Amino acid sequence: MPTALTRILLGLLLLLPLTASANEADAFVAANPAKQAKLLQDWAAAPVPERLPLLQALQQGRVAGDADKRAFIQRNDAWQAADGQAQPNGTPRKLRLNNRLRGLTATALASHQLLDKDAAVRLDAAQQLQRNTPPALLPLLESRLAAEEDERVQDALTLALANLQLAAEDPAVRLAAVERLGQTGDPLARTRLESLLTGEESDAAVRSAAEKSLAQVKNKLLVGELLGQAFSGLSLGSILLLAALGLAITFGLLGVINMAHGEMLMLGAYTTYMVQLMFQRLAPEYLALYPLLALPIAFLVTACIGMALERTVIRHLYGRPLETLLATWGISLILIQLVRVTFGAQNVEVANPYWLSGGVQVLPNLVLPYNRIVIIGFALFVVALTWLLLNKTRLGLNVRAVTQNRNMAACCGVPTGRVDMLAFGLGSGIAGLGGVALSQIGNVGPDLGQSYIIDSFLVVVLGGVGQLAGSVTAAFGLGVLNKFLEPQIGAVLGKILILALIILFIQKRPQGLFALKGRVID
Amino acid sequence: MTMPLNQTLLARATAKLGPQVSLALGLLVLAILVAMPLLHLLPADHALHVSAYSLTLVGKILCYAIVALALDLVWGYAGMLSLGHGLFFALGGYAMGMYLMRQSAGDGLPAFMSFLAWTELPWYWYGTSNFLWALCLVVLAPGLLALVFGFFAFRSRIKGVYFSIMTQALTFAGMLLFFRNETGFGGNNGFTGFTRILGFDITAAGTRAALFIATVALLVGSLYLGFRLARSKFGRVLTALRDAENRLMFCGYDPRGYKLFIWVLSAVLCGLAGALYVPQVGIINPSEMAPTQSIEAAVWVALGGRGTLIGPLLGAGLVNGMKSWFTVAFPEYWLFALGALFIVVTLFLPRGVVGLLKKEKEQ
Repeated sequence: MPTALTRILLGLLLLLPLTASANEADAFVAANPAKQAKLLQDWAAAPVPERLPLLQALQQGRVAGDADKRAFIQRNDAWQAADGQAQPNGTPRKLRLNNRLRGLTATALASHQLLDKDAAVRLDAAQQLQRNTPPALLPLLESRLAAEEDERVQDALTLALANLQLAAEDPAVRLAAVERLGQTGDPLARTRLESLLTGEESDAAVRSAAEKSLAQVKNKLLVGELLGQAFSGLSLGSILLLAALGLAITFGLLGVINMAHGEMLMLGAYTTYMVQLMFQRLAPEYLALYPLLALPIAFLVTACIGMALERTVIRHLYGRPLETLLATWGISLILIQLVRVTFGAQNVEVANPYWLSGGVQVLPNLVLPYNRIVIIGFALFVVALTWLLLNKTRLGLNVRAVTQNRNMAACCGVPTGRVDMLAFGLGSGIAGLGGVALSQIGNVGPDLGQSYIIDSFLVVVLGGVGQLAGSVTAAFGLGVLNKFLEPQIGAVLGKILILALIILFIQKRPQGLFALKGRVID
Repeated sequence: MTMPLNQTLLARATAKLGPQVSLALGLLVLAILVAMPLLHLLPADHALHVSAYSLTLVGKILCYAIVALALDLVWGYAGMLSLGHGLFFALGGYAMGMYLMRQSAGDGLPAFMSFLAWTELPWYWYGTSNFLWALCLVVLAPGLLALVFGFFAFRSRIKGVYFSIMTQALTFAGMLLFFRNETGFGGNNGFTGFTRILGFDITAAGTRAALFIATVALLVGSLYLGFRLARSKFGRVLTALRDAENRLMFCGYDPRGYKLFIWVLSAVLCGLAGALYVPQVGIINPSEMAPTQSIEAAVWVALGGRGTLIGPLLGAGLVNGMKSWFTVAFPEYWLFALGALFIVVTLFLPRGVVGLLKKEKEQ
C-alpha cells in the first residue's frame, strides 16, 4: 500500500517541524535570557517557515509560560499550547523580553520573512536586515540573494549583504562590498561607508574604493535631496497659487487688496471639516469621497460670503484702496473670531481619505506624498479652469474689459457692478477651493489663513495683475526659491532674503513680472 | 483721491471752535497728564492717589498715541499707509530693552543668554550698557532700517496698496527673525525682568513718574513738530504728494526726498515711543511686531481722523481705552468690536471723530 505509506510518511513529515517548533517554544520559555539570545541567533541563521508564528507571537508579546515551563501562545484572548491541546497548569505568565532580545527577535523574524511568498514582505525583511545584522546571517543572505527574483528585493539584499561583508577578513570581499555599496543611493550606505573610513580600515585599495563609493553615494543622495526640495517647492507654490489666484483677480479688477482673503481659505477648510462630519454621520461607507463633495460646497460657501461682502462693504469703498484694506482687515478679524467662538480655538481634525495618504517612493531618500501630488495637479486644474472662464466666457470678457478700463466698459454697457460682484465671488470661491486643498496637508484652525496671506500678497506683488501667467510664475518661483533656500540658510532668513529680493526686483519691474501695458496716468 | 483732505483741517476746526476753547481744552488735558504722575507720588492711602496700574495704562496709551501721530504723518499727510510701524516701535523698544537687560544683569550676561549657554555677548550688544549709546540705538535702528527700505521703495515708486503690503511683509519678517533664539534678543519671551534704569529702581514711584513725564514731553514735542511741519511749505508739498503725486512731479518737484524724510522721521518717533514704552510696561517681545499690531495702529488714526494732528491722539486713546475695558468685561467680543470698528470707521467716518465734530460745528 504505497499510497497509505506515503500518506503516513507525509503526515509524519508535516508533524515533525510542528513538534520541532513546539519543542523550540518550550525550550525558549524554559531558557534563561542568555540562552534565549543564543536560540534566537541560531534561528535567525537557519530559518524554517514553521517557526514564523512563534516569532510573530514573540514580537507581539503573546508568548507565555505556565508553571510547568510549557509554552503557550495567546490567540483571541485564549491560551493555546504550542504543542497541541494541553491545558495550562495555572495561569500562564507572559514572557518579558529585554531590549536586546527584542532586537534579536526582530532580526530572526526578518530572516524568516525572507522566505515569504509576498515580495513586499521580503522587501521589508531585507530592509530590516540592512540594520544591525549579525555576521552569522551571511550564508543565508547569500543563498537568498541567489534565489531572489524580484529586483527591488535583490537590491535591498545586496545592500544588507554588503553591510556584512564590510567586516570580512578578506580585503577582496571587502572591496567588492564597498563597490556594491557605492552603486546604491541609500542613506544607510553613506553612514556605513563613513564609519568605515573613519575606522581602522587598513587596506589602501579598500580605502580608496570606499572614498570613491562614498562620493558616488553622496552624489546620488544629493540628486534625491534636490529633487525633494524641488518637489516641496512646487507643492508650496501650488498652495500659494491657490491662495493668490483669487487675490490677483480681485486686485486687478477692483484695485482692492482683500485682507479677508486668507479667511476664505480658512472657511474653505472648515467647510471641508463640516462635509467630513456630515459623511461620518450620514454615509460612513462613502467617507473616502468626502473631499470631492467638499470642493463644490466650499466653492459655493466662500463665493456667497465673498459676494455678500462685496455688496455690503467693499462696494462703498471703491476708489479708496487703503480704506478697503482696513475694512477687509476688520472683516477678517470678525470671521476669525466667529470661527473661534463656533468651533473653538483648537485645530479641528480633517483626515486624509485613503487615496490621499501614503506616497510613492521614487528614490531611497525621496518619497512623494500622494496628497501633495494631487494638490499640484489640482492647482494647475484650477488655473486652467480660471483661464477658460476669463478668456472663453462672456463673464470673463466683461471682467477683462472692466480690468482694463472701467469707465469705457461701463459706457459700452457692461454692468460693472454685477461684474465686480461676480468676480469677487469667483476670487473668494477659488480661495475656498484652496482651503479644501490646505485641509488635506496641514492643520485646520482659525488662524489658517493668516499664515498664508502675506506670502500670497507677495505673489500678487511679484506677479503683477491682470495676467494669470504672472501669478503662476510668481507662485511657483517663490515656492521653489523658498524651499531651496530653507536648508541652506534656514526658513526665517530665507523669507527675509526673499523679501529683499522682491524689493530689489520691483526696482526693475515696478508693475510685476507681467504688466499690462498702458498709457494712463492720474 | 476722491476726498481731498485739507491739511489745515485742524486749524480750521479750531477756528470754528474758537481758538480759546480748544487751547483751554488742550491745556486742561496737559495739566491732567502732568498732574497724574505727581499724584502717583502721594501715599497709597491718599484720596487723590493714582495707582501704578492706571499710571502704566495711561503711559502705555500715550506711547501708542505717539505711534499714531507718527503714522498719521506718513498716512494722513503723505498718503502712504504703513502697515509696518510696529516694527519701528519694537526696534526702539528692543534697543532700550538691551540697556535695561544689561542693567539688571550687572557684569554678567542677561539671563536668557546663560540659558542658551552663550559665553559672550554678540557684537551688536557692544556698548549697550551705556545709556547714551542705547539712546543712539533707539534712534539709529529704526531710522536706518526706514532709510534703507524707504530709499528702495520710493526709488521704484512703490505706493498705495503695494507699499502697504511691502511694509506688512517687512514687519512680519522682523517678527520671524526676533522669534528665533539665535538672533540674540531672547526669542519668544523677549526681554523682561528689568530692575534698574540709570541706577534707579524701575518699579519705584519716582521712576514711574519720571518716565511718564518723559512720555508726555515726547508727545507734546512731536505734536509741536507735527504742527510746525504741517504749516510749513514742506507740509504743503506732502499733502500735494498725497493728493496727486504725478502732478506734483510735473510741477518739478522730486517727491522721493520728501517721502523719505517724513518716513524716516516717523520711524524714529515710533522708535522713541517704543523706548519709553518698554520701561513702563516692563516687557518687550516679538509679538509687538505682529502685523496685527501695526494694522491696529492704522485704525487709531482712521478713527481719530487722518490728516489732523489731534485726531490720531484721540483715536489711540479711544481705541485703547475701549480695548482695556473690553478685554476685562467681554474678552470674547473684543475682536468683534475691533473688526466692526474697522468697518464702521472706513464706511461712515472717513474723516474720523475730528471730522465728525467739525461737521456738527458747521451745521
